[in-house]
Amino acid sequence: MPRVGLFIPCYIDQFYPDVGLATLEVLERFGCDVEFPTAQTCCGQPMANTGCTTEAVPLAERMIEIFAPYEFVVAPSGSCVAMVREHYTDLLPLSNSLQEFQAKTFELCEFLTDVLKIKKIEGSFPYKVGLHQSCHGLRELRLARSSETVGDNFNKARQLLETMEGISFAELNRADECCGFGGTFAVHEEAVSCMMGNDRLADHASAGTEVLTAGDMSCLMHLDGLNQRKPKPLPVLHVAQILAGRQPVTSASTTSSEESV
Amino acid sequence: MSSRDKILNSINKHLVPSVPLPDMNQDWIQFDNPTEQFLTMLSAVGGRGEVVPDLATVSAKLHEEPFYNKAAQICSLVPGIEISGDKTIDLNAIDDPHQLAGIDFAIVPGEFAVAENGAIWVTDASVKHKALYFIAQHVVIVLKASELVHNMHEAYPRTGLGSDEFRQSPHFGVFISGPSKTADIEQSLVIGAHGARSLLVFLIED
Amino acid sequence: MGGHAQLANQFVANGERAKWHDQALWFVRQKRDNISHAIPEWETLRETASQVKLHTVTHLAQYLEEFEKNAQAMGVHVHWASNAAEHNEIVLRILQQHEVKRVVKSKSMLTEECHLNPHLEAAGIEVVDTDLGERIVQLRKEPPSHIVLPAIHIKKEEVGDVFHEHLGTDAGASDPGYLTEAARQHLRENFLAADAGITGVNFGIASTGGFVVCTNEGNADLGTALPNLHIACMGIEKLIPAPEYLSLFTRLLARSATGQPITTYTSHFHGPKPGGEMHIVLVDNGRSDILGSDEFRRSLSCIRCGACMNTCPVYRRSGGHSYQATVPGPIGSILGPAHNAAAHSTLPYACSLCGSCTDVCPVKIDLHHQLLTWRKEIRVRGLLPFTKTFPMKVMAQVFQRPGLYAFGGKVARIALRLMPRWMIYNPLNGWGRQRDLPTAPRESFRDLYKKRKK
Repeated sequence: MPRVGLFIPCYIDQFYPDVGLATLEVLERFGCDVEFPTAQTCCGQPMANTGCTTEAVPLAERMIEIFAPYEFVVAPSGSCVAMVREHYTDLLPLSNSLQEFQAKTFELCEFLTDVLKIKKIEGSFPYKVGLHQSCHGLRELRLARSSETVGDNFNKARQLLETMEGISFAELNRADECCGFGGTFAVHEEAVSCMMGNDRLADHASAGTEVLTAGDMSCLMHLDGLNQRKPKPLPVLHVAQILAGRQPVTSASTTSSEESV
Repeated sequence: MSSRDKILNSINKHLVPSVPLPDMNQDWIQFDNPTEQFLTMLSAVGGRGEVVPDLATVSAKLHEEPFYNKAAQICSLVPGIEISGDKTIDLNAIDDPHQLAGIDFAIVPGEFAVAENGAIWVTDASVKHKALYFIAQHVVIVLKASELVHNMHEAYPRTGLGSDEFRQSPHFGVFISGPSKTADIEQSLVIGAHGARSLLVFLIED
Repeated sequence: MGGHAQLANQFVANGERAKWHDQALWFVRQKRDNISHAIPEWETLRETASQVKLHTVTHLAQYLEEFEKNAQAMGVHVHWASNAAEHNEIVLRILQQHEVKRVVKSKSMLTEECHLNPHLEAAGIEVVDTDLGERIVQLRKEPPSHIVLPAIHIKKEEVGDVFHEHLGTDAGASDPGYLTEAARQHLRENFLAADAGITGVNFGIASTGGFVVCTNEGNADLGTALPNLHIACMGIEKLIPAPEYLSLFTRLLARSATGQPITTYTSHFHGPKPGGEMHIVLVDNGRSDILGSDEFRRSLSCIRCGACMNTCPVYRRSGGHSYQATVPGPIGSILGPAHNAAAHSTLPYACSLCGSCTDVCPVKIDLHHQLLTWRKEIRVRGLLPFTKTFPMKVMAQVFQRPGLYAFGGKVARIALRLMPRWMIYNPLNGWGRQRDLPTAPRESFRDLYKKRKK
């Protein structure tokens, strides 16, 4: 039984608890012994991405220590996993403990497809899903082929989702354009950020998306924030929630609703 | 210290890890029918081309071209393509390339063509004024159908650039792929920016 | 807010125009996708080209000397300029020695970087930019907004207006074909009247001393085939070792830039034309400093295709002028701060770190990672405003104390639930102007986890 340390990004912990629960349920369903070490807070990405390296370093050191006892570390976020795997070497000197931590940390979908080799997700999701490709998962972790690169097509989240009954996918005009979240970018470059997000929503609307999903709740927080100001907001779910069997509540976003907990 | 020394010193003072040159022998693209590929690409870049049996056919085909028939000044550098006396311009008799401003039609030999991008290599090795290639309103390039390579990796050795022979008599060379064009106004493609308004290519069967 | 964000805000304020700009560039990105996806070995090409550039830049002094020697053997005059001012002086001196009154110039980002035109004009020399897009912005007295598509921000009606004023085209005429024909006639007169031609250099070939200039319009060729004097201005990073490597770059450049299989004219210059004179000005202007930096050295591999601009979701929605730099977009946001960090300190933040630039780059520059590295540099150099550093310091303190973090989170969630909407969405809430905040749940995941375990 793989012993998994559950890595729940801080904003999911505080604002989207059901995404954390869904992740936990999915991992347990596939036979993992999962534990959430409560000493964890934040991986340090907001600081590192602002250039505040010195502030990020102690957070990175904490993460390594907190997750040391586990065989694997799994998070429902491509972005936070990319921070650990691709950018912790920018913060900390190379060491065995750092390399070990990086090697055992996975985004949820890739952990299911690559480590647990899951071929089939039981359950039905009879909706046309708009799968937003979160950039860090896409272009840092390579969870799918990016539209810029040439080679064989693959997409780990879609590969899992498409085994569910009744599911179909909205084919977007711009397959993997950024939603415009970008951490503090969302506030510092508010005008461009919101235009990017609204453009993504328009693309989903014209592609017939019934439920908007992504592997990163941060992108969805931004998109749903814009979405909630529209006359008919799209239901929004994290990929983990769909995999765990949640169904959309059509009137509003269910991601943060307590009813779904 | 001269600027030359200053720049070279500034480069040399950095201890930079050396990166080796890569292997250039890779599986570069090949085509089942390179001639067809060449003609497709040529048309995609706004040119026209066809395979013809001989030079006589080229002459006959040229007379079907409206701009050719209307041309007041024609310059042919292809032996075997003769122009009637009152229209022909003898490039070697001209001293100043500015005098080429009125050329309507230039018929020039190409050395070889590239299938992957519709380009043709031409040089001024035996051409007195390279301006002819760019100043003529319409350009026709004639070359042997067999002088065709698949891709740019095969093309560069054919240019002779850097060979001993080239070093003896260095000259200008250009890959021309279609007529002059621009999309600088709202991304609308317009053929005929400054150079040739049309490019016609004849591949002569051996 | 300030710098890029402020100008971007103004650009986005004209929603329709921002959308038009975004779509025009996305169209170019799509053309690039279509043509690159037709090359099965595309990724091999990128990797190989990237290695050639890194090799060259890590042996640069040796290749520069080889280039100089070979160029001189063909009768070329080679000059070296440490900085922009020296470059401008050298070019002016050559032109004055030849009593040049009128010069035609094809596109060269280096001469833009050095601000050559005003320097020559101040000395009474008329400079005509001959690339159509460059001519349009020159007549409008503004800088290019894109390195390959200098006039991409201008509508055809505006081109019609400026041509009506300067070239006498019909008032109100805006057909691109008609306007391009007018420019052709106008620029042909200039080509024929020019005393000298200036070009940039796309690739310098160390082993031959020659160089390559790529255009679609043929303007570099007309501008150098007619006058007897040709001056080529070249950044020292433009070198490659030998002609065989041109195969990589001529395959990648136009496909990445505009989605063409190759530029219409890929011209290889080796020595002056018969009876003519050729000068090459090699320019450093900060490049050798970048060479010394492990983090930013790769930015010297840039072949100026502009693909990173076309794909950048921020560039497309903020316009080239919002960067206030010679080179805008992702690569410009690296080169700008390298040149003057204080003046360009907001550029590395004009980026959502999506990484699309890195994936389109034909020479595999890790653009978004370099932008991230620049953010660190900007912090270290004390150029990051307190409004950005302070929240990070506070957050970092909180995140090191799980109890404080859990408590703070709870308080924030309660506040969000209790506060009336008008109070939450106050004018200082940059998030909330156009976006809702998430609905705050009563319990965090860690609360629920503890309950579940019991």
